[in-house]
Amino acid sequence: MSRRLLVALKFVVFPACMVPLGVLVYQGFTNTLGPDPVATITHATGFWTLYFLLISLAITPVRRLSSRLVWLIRFRRMLGLFAFFYATLHLTTYVWLFSGFDAHEMAHDIGKRPFITMGMLGYACLFALAATSTAWSIRKLGGRRWTMLHRLAYVAAAAGVIHYWWIVKTGVRTPWKVTVVLAVLLLARAVWSAKETLRKRKVAVAA
Amino acid sequence: MPIRKPSDIPSSEITTKSDYMDRRKFMAAAAAVGVAALGADRLENIASPREAVHATEKLATVPSKYSTTGVTPTSFEDITTYNNFYEFGTGKADPSRNAWRLKTSPWSVKVEGEVKSKKEFDIDALMKMHPLEERVYRHRCVEAWSMVIPWIGYSFSEFIKQCEPLSSARYVQFISLENMKEEPWIASVNLDWPYSEGLRMDEAMNPLTLFTFGLYGQTLPNQDGAPVRIVLPWKYGFKSAKSLVKIRFVKRQPRTTWNESAPNEYGFYSNVNPNVDHPRWSQKYERVIGAPFWKARQPTLMFNGYGDQVASMYTGMNLRKNF
Repeated sequence: MSRRLLVALKFVVFPACMVPLGVLVYQGFTNTLGPDPVATITHATGFWTLYFLLISLAITPVRRLSSRLVWLIRFRRMLGLFAFFYATLHLTTYVWLFSGFDAHEMAHDIGKRPFITMGMLGYACLFALAATSTAWSIRKLGGRRWTMLHRLAYVAAAAGVIHYWWIVKTGVRTPWKVTVVLAVLLLARAVWSAKETLRKRKVAVAA
Repeated sequence: MPIRKPSDIPSSEITTKSDYMDRRKFMAAAAAVGVAALGADRLENIASPREAVHATEKLATVPSKYSTTGVTPTSFEDITTYNNFYEFGTGKADPSRNAWRLKTSPWSVKVEGEVKSKKEFDIDALMKMHPLEERVYRHRCVEAWSMVIPWIGYSFSEFIKQCEPLSSARYVQFISLENMKEEPWIASVNLDWPYSEGLRMDEAMNPLTLFTFGLYGQTLPNQDGAPVRIVLPWKYGFKSAKSLVKIRFVKRQPRTTWNESAPNEYGFYSNVNPNVDHPRWSQKYERVIGAPFWKARQPTLMFNGYGDQVASMYTGMNLRKNF
């Protein structure tokens, strides 16, 4: 893919990633956030955090399908940062709309409520990933260490999915779809690395 | 007339879907005319297609000394489109879309257990048993949101008198409709159906316990638990069982659905209590439905503000243990 096309595509993808926020803002202004606007905002920002995390985790397995898809990697950082962006909004709804900035109450929550603890763990991972997302960080940390650190994306996604399971009521199974998607993405990586090991061994034997 | 196999029914006798829909439209229009007196804002809600399928009848009411004053009722739109009624799906908007399947006529309520004799009451008889009162009550969901609803009904104690319970009756059990044809969503929710709730006899006798047939001047929309439900304003909403088909007077504490599903999260009593948190969230505050998001948060009151009428029933009880 040409550099010019890539830049053009980024100009399309970036605003597209802002659409979920745009919808919320529009609903806010037109008073159509529904009967429980706080829940609407919380759910939308939570879901989009998960979706962006899963999309960014899908990039590697998808690009491995064909050498013509290598350019996809150029979008991974942007998508990952959008996951962090929506997670920040999600956390803000909790801090502001649910807790009314009551630090004591929140400290109590984080210690006592497993789903909040899990959500905070996921956010801490995303924060570390966002903070080290620059080219400067890669140089500073060194490729190997940076790659190791950025495996936290898996931890963040898993924490997000567990966080979702722990907030729904017993008997409700709505989180199963994101769970399956995450499982498939993780499995694809496991299969690929197993194949890779096998290939390397063959190469070694052949040599 | 014998019930014929479907293949025996001539297709000419089957109402076409468009006719059926037209009939519904007609009924909705008739209902809309009927409630025109309720006020233009409410009419707009009723005439909107979402509500139109749930044709309701206007009800005459008398004022009640048990009605809560100084509160603003939540809009009809929110009360009828934001519901927890898992028989019609787990999403808040699902019941308003799906509950048209519920057939509320004919309807009767069976009374069984520790009573002089088993009885069965037709819905019309129930509605005429005692003058219907309009009672504005606060409604607090265990999920930490709240509404104010102008219910219509009468004290459940009036109905208990007609049931002639024996002195051995110490609890009342409420059983909701379980019908796979009308409520196919039941199959996808992992709860022990039918929905069952219960009260101690003194709680059932408390004048605030409302045998409920309507809201906002009309019969209950299906998604709000038509044609008859119980309303307990000092307890979390799930205690107020909907679409009742059976009421049992029993010796021992009956099974209650959510308690059975997660006993650490939903107690038998489930009185509104800001000091006892749900394991997953605080109960100190609630989100007021219909309020703008930046000022939806309001403190929750002990017994949902009905302590004067109900607190005496729980004196000496550890409410942290008996949550």
